[in-house]
Amino acid sequence: MSNPVLNAAEVRVYHQAEVEHGGGGATMLGFWIYLMSDALIFASLFAVFGVLSRNYAGGPGPKQVFDLSLVALNTAFLLGSSITFGLGMQAMEADRAGRTRFWLAITGLLGAAFVGVELHEFSNLVAIGATPQRSAFLSIFFTLVGTHGLHVTFGLIWIVTMLVQLGQRGLTEANRRRLMCLSMFWHFLDIIWIGVFTFVYLFGVIR
Amino acid sequence: MSTPATAAPRATSSHAVAAGHGSKRGFVTGSILSILLTVIPFWLVMSGSLHSQQATALVIFISAMMQIIVHVVCFLHVDAQSEGGWILLAFIFTAIIVGITIVGSIWVMYHLDSNMMPMSVEAMNQMQ
Repeated sequence: MSNPVLNAAEVRVYHQAEVEHGGGGATMLGFWIYLMSDALIFASLFAVFGVLSRNYAGGPGPKQVFDLSLVALNTAFLLGSSITFGLGMQAMEADRAGRTRFWLAITGLLGAAFVGVELHEFSNLVAIGATPQRSAFLSIFFTLVGTHGLHVTFGLIWIVTMLVQLGQRGLTEANRRRLMCLSMFWHFLDIIWIGVFTFVYLFGVIR
Repeated sequence: MSTPATAAPRATSSHAVAAGHGSKRGFVTGSILSILLTVIPFWLVMSGSLHSQQATALVIFISAMMQIIVHVVCFLHVDAQSEGGWILLAFIFTAIIVGITIVGSIWVMYHLDSNMMPMSVEAMNQMQ
């Protein structure tokens, strides 16, 4: 009589493992489709920026409000964080949990530095009167760059969450899947930033 | 006995990992290329060494497009194999929609603008 009970317990464990595995495969594609829909949000913001980027309404233009050395610093932070995240993912594939957490923490610090510099830039602009209310150009500038900054901020929350989860459970199957989604999210934000620093800042200054 | 136990999670995870991760060499190449493609446009604009504005604009535009491709291939590992080709298909579809949205909006709004905004004196003279 004890044998069927034992078998039933084994079968239950086996089924759980199967379900999680199947869900993991679909998660990557689903998350990719989310990222693509996020790309469409940014595409519409870039389109609006393209249309409104010369509507200064007598207010300051890109040459007066952009400090390229600050943008270069910010770009270095975000590109650096993309590279450190790649190193973290390599550590994950080598099954080294401590190293993964180390690179993830460095990525988080670089991301926090990025958000810090961006907030500093925004407060400088507001201090000289270049607020979103000033002109259509400044409205879309704050909306586009702010939406990207908000994404990075949520990425930071996710990084902190993963640091805690890695500390509690290590490199489990679920944590690997989450880290891979976070890695895609973070690299995606870096790609959006390429568009921002090229079309908003560099094009704005040479115009 | 411990070898199969440690090998089993690797074997199951490698199925999902294979979709998202390329080689170490691809990552190093991608990192070097993306640093170069970031430094070049910033240096060109900040030093102003290309005296033509159009040439500078062309170079930084091409750098940005190349860097986006480098990131997608080397960091996001998009290729024809991952998830049975669906990753690449979704990416191409999105790239087309992004292109239509941005180019189309600017094209249409530029023409609306030049037809409806108050004209400059030169434009008025050309009309007569």
